[in-house]
Amino acid sequence: MSEKVVLERDDLRRTLRRIAHEIAEANPEPERLAIVGIHTRGAVIARRLHALIGELTEAEIPIGDLDISFYRDDVGARSPAAQPVVHASHVDFDLGGRTIVLVDDVLFTGRTVRAAIDALFDYGRPQRVQLAVLCDRGHRELPFRPDYVGKNLPTARSERVNVRLEETDEVDEVTISEAAEVAA
Amino acid sequence: MRHLLAIEDLERDEIEAILDRAESFAEVGRRDIKKVPTLRGRTVVSLFYESSTRTSASFELAAKRLSADLISLKAAGSSVDKGESLKDTCATLSAYDPAAIVIRHPYAGAAQLVAGWSEAAVVNAGDGKHEHPSQALLDLFTLRRRLGSLEGRRIWIVGDVLHSRVARSNLIAFQAMGAEVTLCGPPALIPRGIEQLGCTVSYSLDGIEEADVVYALRLQKERMAESFIPSIREYAARFQIDSRRLGPRQWLMHPGPVNRGVELSGEVVDSPQSLIAEQVASGLVVRMAILYELLASGERPAPAEQAPTPIGQPA
Repeated sequence: MSEKVVLERDDLRRTLRRIAHEIAEANPEPERLAIVGIHTRGAVIARRLHALIGELTEAEIPIGDLDISFYRDDVGARSPAAQPVVHASHVDFDLGGRTIVLVDDVLFTGRTVRAAIDALFDYGRPQRVQLAVLCDRGHRELPFRPDYVGKNLPTARSERVNVRLEETDEVDEVTISEAAEVAA
Repeated sequence: MRHLLAIEDLERDEIEAILDRAESFAEVGRRDIKKVPTLRGRTVVSLFYESSTRTSASFELAAKRLSADLISLKAAGSSVDKGESLKDTCATLSAYDPAAIVIRHPYAGAAQLVAGWSEAAVVNAGDGKHEHPSQALLDLFTLRRRLGSLEGRRIWIVGDVLHSRVARSNLIAFQAMGAEVTLCGPPALIPRGIEQLGCTVSYSLDGIEEADVVYALRLQKERMAESFIPSIREYAARFQIDSRRLGPRQWLMHPGPVNRGVELSGEVVDSPQSLIAEQVASGLVVRMAILYELLASGERPAPAEQAPTPIGQPA
């Protein structure tokens, strides 16, 4: 199976730094900002962005993470083996009046973002929600457009985008591969 | 997992999966909006042929917090009063296409029967003297939070073991997690030969100081007409857990409802070692996890496609 690297370690880090700058620039009041990552790798990227934005703005910015398993629209339609591991969510700050930047690794159909926004609103009423993604691979099924994009990746539906991060996978890279078994 | 009928049917890793899941529902309970849409559009039936406060209340709240639609039936005040059989009641309820049926019944094996009659996932909420699996799971969850692993811990289950489905389920559950269990009570209330399940039996409270956890059972006064014990007063004198018998490092549990002054003295119920209130809180999240595991884990056979029978023609 061939895998094509589209973002190497340094590219990936530079990309995150650029997103952090964009977030800081678009939010002149950093004290009203909060970062929320979507499990699993969105939460890792959120932690990195949080550290970078913290350096840029020198503000105390709250950070949280969301597990969206309970909000999926395909509950029960997956095989038991494909069931996601459920993590607990952590959003222990007041969302009221804040701008929340939702962070995920790959934006694809938009269904995960839909679920994440539903989940977020169970914690409170943010003033504004923005979306930051490392990769946008297209094929949207819902009307979402990210506010901050690391890289646009034109892909075929049959391809897989693999985001690997040091915290979870011991390496920083993004690759594209053919999905394992495509019916001929 | 298709049904939850008995702890006996579960492997240790299945038990741990449910406890892990319950942990993530505990977080849901701390939110402003303590509800998730997971079971939206699914129907849960709760069918109680025996009285219950915490089991029925927590299963019903669990179903609601998962956004399921709930039908709650008690034997009193329903067609059961008019003599409808369990099988007919199930057939009637099946017309509502429930995803799960939670049933408590005075006869052992009732939940198993319902599982055979219905397409729904069946949860045994207590069947006669057989099992009460959700109680055992919530007790494991409560203990895991307090003690971490149960491996090598000593647990004494004290009281009317003979009539207790909680004792049976908890014995199996505690042992499955690696604890050493002692059953304690007057000889008439301990089933003969139960040592064969791998537990120790004691006919007095001597030695209870070795226990990490003392699990007291309710003395079922309604069953005591058959003179299993000389008198409640004598039972209390020999087997009541009070502040003299409960050491400061021992945890106290009880499935409720407590007969204060019989199996437990009032002061230990309210002592800092008492986990009784935590057990009730655990009940809710563990029962959410059970419903999630049964209904959202995707292990359902597709319902058979049935052509409707035209009215006026025999089926």
